[in-house]
Amino acid sequence: MSGTKTQQTMLREISPRPMPDGNPYLPMPATVAEVIQETGNIKTMRVVLDDAEAMRQFVYEPGQVGQLSVFGAGESTFVINSPPSQKDYLQFSVMQAGEVTAAIHRLSPGDKVGVRAPLGNYFPYADWKGKDVFFVGGGIGMAPIRTIMLHLLEHKDDYGKVSLLYGARSPRDMAYSYELDDWLRRPDLDCTLCIDAPFEGWEHKVGLIPNVLLELAPSPANCVAVLCGPPIMIKFTVQALEKLGFAPENIVTTLEKRMKCGIGICGRCNIGGRYVCIDGPVFTWKELQALPPEL
Amino acid sequence: MSMIRFVTADGLPGFLAHLAKDGQRVLVPVEKPANKPSVVFEPWQEGKAFTLAKATVPPKEAVLPQCETLFSFKKAKDPADPARVSLQLEEAPPPPPTVVFACRPCDARGFAVLDRPYLHGPFADPCYKARREALTVITLTCASGCNTCFCHWVGGGPSSPEGSDVLMTAIEGGYVLQAITPRGEACLAASALPDGAEVFPRAEEARKAAWQSLEPAPDLKDAPQRLAALFTDTTFWQEQTDRCLSCGACTYFCPTCYCFNITDEGEGLSEKGGRRLRSWDNCMSSLFTREASGHNPRNAKALRMRNRVSHKFATYPENWGSFSCNGCGRCISNCPVCLDIRAIVLAALEKGADA
Repeated sequence: MSGTKTQQTMLREISPRPMPDGNPYLPMPATVAEVIQETGNIKTMRVVLDDAEAMRQFVYEPGQVGQLSVFGAGESTFVINSPPSQKDYLQFSVMQAGEVTAAIHRLSPGDKVGVRAPLGNYFPYADWKGKDVFFVGGGIGMAPIRTIMLHLLEHKDDYGKVSLLYGARSPRDMAYSYELDDWLRRPDLDCTLCIDAPFEGWEHKVGLIPNVLLELAPSPANCVAVLCGPPIMIKFTVQALEKLGFAPENIVTTLEKRMKCGIGICGRCNIGGRYVCIDGPVFTWKELQALPPEL
Repeated sequence: MSMIRFVTADGLPGFLAHLAKDGQRVLVPVEKPANKPSVVFEPWQEGKAFTLAKATVPPKEAVLPQCETLFSFKKAKDPADPARVSLQLEEAPPPPPTVVFACRPCDARGFAVLDRPYLHGPFADPCYKARREALTVITLTCASGCNTCFCHWVGGGPSSPEGSDVLMTAIEGGYVLQAITPRGEACLAASALPDGAEVFPRAEEARKAAWQSLEPAPDLKDAPQRLAALFTDTTFWQEQTDRCLSCGACTYFCPTCYCFNITDEGEGLSEKGGRRLRSWDNCMSSLFTREASGHNPRNAKALRMRNRVSHKFATYPENWGSFSCNGCGRCISNCPVCLDIRAIVLAALEKGADA
């Protein structure tokens, strides 16, 4: 190495989290084990790392993401939405939107893919112990909420009341439909479902997520709100939470940006001087308020 | 005292031949005649004409090629059991040892700017690291400034050693070579060049004269805060970028712009296979941050220029403690509509002073 160095390390620290070893651009070979058609445009991929030892050793925290590769098409970032206790496979839910997601949607069980994971930070669930947690998931934004919610429910004794508000455009746009009956029934979860417009046979709430949230009016006392969804839903849901009295440090969200490297270098997922891929994707609203408004 | 050598002007090809032995790649500035003549870095070989003029394009490609293979992939079938396929990934071969010869101090400081995110962040970039560790930088100090460059505004100068292994200064009859790093020392020690300690004071005089020829620099220490304060002033950014064409020339000519894209090429998972490529990207393009959903956090050129200028003068300094603009002035001299990053930063400072 040459050159005089005035500054060796970053002026800020990156919080500790599980990180991949070795060449960070090289995906781990993996095989699609199962494909679940969630909705018309969402599929869930369950993938297993080809190296059995790597699969056994693979650890991650709820909220961390992975880059899923279809060789020849490219790679995109998705949250690992199975809870960390799930050791048999890694699950990604993918909405078809662009070229890579279209290629992912063409995959069948047995197909070879690549996985770079885990990347990014995770939900600060240790800080939530003893508190109520109110989850809000909008559309495909339910994927990261599913991970952390299932993780919390596995450790329910550590937390107070756990609630979920899950909204989608219509019942047909609701991923994890096969799990919803269980979520509605289980005594350790207060689950509310909503859709944007009336639909024949729908027995749950009708209305936009922020409005339904105001109607449910969860108490901000000793409660953390955790939300994920499209940018417009995040904007109005945060407004609703603030109206209900939630403090910015008790509102937690996970962001999505166009990403390439996933390791803090390629330069497109920044909000001011922070990079969603290494400083996020999980941020509190208080942290986001300190950054330039560029969501 | 550091190791000093002297080379006559006539002796330069011999020195280059010495550097190029054992297959080492030596990138030298070469004149390219055209309607708009340019100077670009090209591998030297015996007899090749070169120049010591400041290159039009910086030598960034020595560590960050416009396009490089991160790895290649293919599918292999087990001949005994054709239904069994395996995925084979192959990393790129190690890069050739390289010398950048006669770049300028702003170019060399460019390598130092790239080193921080590529080597000292939470992940070290293995492709960059391999190229960087195989790189020797021999920098020609500048005799004067030019009307588009401003290295002394941003912490550099006409003989700044940052990023260089050897500093080379023109004096009457030849060049004084001064080793800056152990790598530079090894490079000079291996050459047959005579000692130059005796003429070193003349190099120091030349460097001093170059510094003295510079116009006084404005104080940019408030630039990070002023730019941050102007983040939401969209009118300011619109005024500054009205005539921008979003062509991206500023990023491609910049020795410190380092954004990249990753794409796949080839046949996908076949027996022939394909490659995953990394190529330069351009933050001035509207596609740079556009998500598959269509959402784009920087959907106007004013917002993209805001990001480019803020990265150089506010957010990179926030993360690394130094501006990431080296004042080489190439974004100014190569802009088709004469946008001037200096004017934007000065306007931000002035605007902040009014408030």
